[in-house]
Amino acid sequence: MTAPLLRVKGLRRHYASGGGLFGRARYVTRAVDDVSFAVMPGETLGLVGESGSGKSTTGRLVMGLEEPDAGRVVFDGTDLTSLSASRRKPFRQRMQIVFQDPYAALNPRMRVGDFVEEPLLVHGVEAGPDRVAALFRTVGLDPAFMQRYPHEFSGGQRQRIGIARAIALRPQFLVADEPITALDVSIQAQIVNLFQDLQESMGLALLFIAHDLSMVRYLCSRVAVMLRGRIVEMGPTEAVFGDARHPYTKALLSAVPIPDPAQERGRRRLAFDAGGYVFPPDAALRDTGDGHYVLMGEAA
Amino acid sequence: MALLAIEGLSVGFAREGRFARVIPDLTYSVEAGETLGIVGESGSGKSVHALALLGLLPQPPGRILGGRAVFDGHDLLAMPEARLRDLRGGRIGMIFQDPMTALNPVLTIGRQIAEPLIRHKAMSMRQALDRATDLLALVGIRDGARRLSQYPHEFSGGMRQRVMIAIAISCEPALLIADEPTTALDVTVQGQILDLMAELRDRLRMTMVWITHDMGVVAGIADTIQVMYAGRIMERGPVNAVFASPRSAYTYGLLQSLPHGARPPGGRLMQIPGAPPDMFAPTPGDPFAPRNPFATPRCHREAPPLRAVEDSVAGHMVAAWYDLPRLLA
Repeated sequence: MTAPLLRVKGLRRHYASGGGLFGRARYVTRAVDDVSFAVMPGETLGLVGESGSGKSTTGRLVMGLEEPDAGRVVFDGTDLTSLSASRRKPFRQRMQIVFQDPYAALNPRMRVGDFVEEPLLVHGVEAGPDRVAALFRTVGLDPAFMQRYPHEFSGGQRQRIGIARAIALRPQFLVADEPITALDVSIQAQIVNLFQDLQESMGLALLFIAHDLSMVRYLCSRVAVMLRGRIVEMGPTEAVFGDARHPYTKALLSAVPIPDPAQERGRRRLAFDAGGYVFPPDAALRDTGDGHYVLMGEAA
Repeated sequence: MALLAIEGLSVGFAREGRFARVIPDLTYSVEAGETLGIVGESGSGKSVHALALLGLLPQPPGRILGGRAVFDGHDLLAMPEARLRDLRGGRIGMIFQDPMTALNPVLTIGRQIAEPLIRHKAMSMRQALDRATDLLALVGIRDGARRLSQYPHEFSGGMRQRVMIAIAISCEPALLIADEPTTALDVTVQGQILDLMAELRDRLRMTMVWITHDMGVVAGIADTIQVMYAGRIMERGPVNAVFASPRSAYTYGLLQSLPHGARPPGGRLMQIPGAPPDMFAPTPGDPFAPRNPFATPRCHREAPPLRAVEDSVAGHMVAAWYDLPRLLA
């Protein structure tokens, strides 16, 4: 059996909030609470949930953009959370992130060719115009665009530029944090197809963070559903979509609009009080068979 | 009878010394009791035209170049601002995407719901606040009497959008115009709002114009779909007919690019090439032609008029020189 490329164990990140200046925090937001999962080489794991569910924080913790309060991020057998910044640097070549907003991620004063080349220079990898031109072609952009500035590009093109930079160092693992959310509908399929192409050509493993459940179902082989910092259900995508067990997953799936008037009119949405839901005190992710895990108490 | 009839609306926009006709010539109507779903993406003109007909288009940079928007017999575009202000929030309700910026942060929720009632229905503050409590209950906010004294920041995003709906329907508008009202919301909250709106529409017999980019939302809430691109109507008709047999390559592309279930082995999403149009650099002919694999030479030369689709139901219209079902067969 192959070893996972990424293993996340008991990841925790709490924020104190509500306290005034010098005051003590009134409550704690459990942004990420005891999150564990693994990603196999070349695999796509979808991480879904609503705003505030902790899915983006999880991605940032995996990338080391934020430090966890507890838990481990093990990449290819090495525990990254125990490493100093300098010893972590080589791993940054092997794992990269693509953000939601391609506008914010780009430096407006930098030619986009330089922006894509930058990580190569930082890591002392042989760069040069040919390598950058090849990257542009890989993501479906004309290499002639290298000399231009970000404002000259559409949203979809900017996301392609962000992806070109992310794959410049030939990473094995990519976190894609809502990479299609800000794009026009007619552009989303282009970017999803690009991710699929990159996976096939580079053997890239992907943590695909999204709230568009139909796109996750299409792209991901496994999916994890987060609610208020916890994974409530995780398993092979078709098992989770076809046989959802957790009430939150059921409600979420029942709410996805379907582009078909007959289906859309006949459906009933299930109610779920995401804010008021109380996790069973002994809740843990339990295997219900075939790698389909559900967060539940012992008694359930 | 048409409650709203837009005739030859033309809107321009200035940017960095350049000028674009973002809506060249728009004509459509909404029947009383109908829910029209308008679908489009960047540059489609779907939001700009709504702002224009409500008298809310910032001028400049925008400019209304011509046309009429007749609501219940009166041209909104020719109306004095004071009269239009009486209609807005009164007989015409509005909901926009971002409830945080639409609500005034320093006024209580109660004041903000009461204001249009005092203004349009000549209620006293006390009567208006009583009515506001009922309205909060109607949009599913419990404990309304207490929540009236709270401020917008004390409400979650979904709750703020419910407050916006309460304000929009407070005067029982004949027409409700909603521009991406659920886009910023989580999918479960969106579902609740959609169910709520459908119920309120039926109860209050409202006519609705629902602007969105989401085909799934339109499929659920609209009677008629109107697909816009580059300020023009590409296709329009009863939702069942348009979803079952789209006649514009753009509508077809939008529907085909959406995933349906799991990816079959080796499968790929159908993608529309290129990017949404730059209205400051218009191309001749059918605006979708540069992205349309089915485009004929004529599409690149001449913009097609909106015409009835012969072999479909009444009201199904398309702007295309080609016959899509024949090309797909």
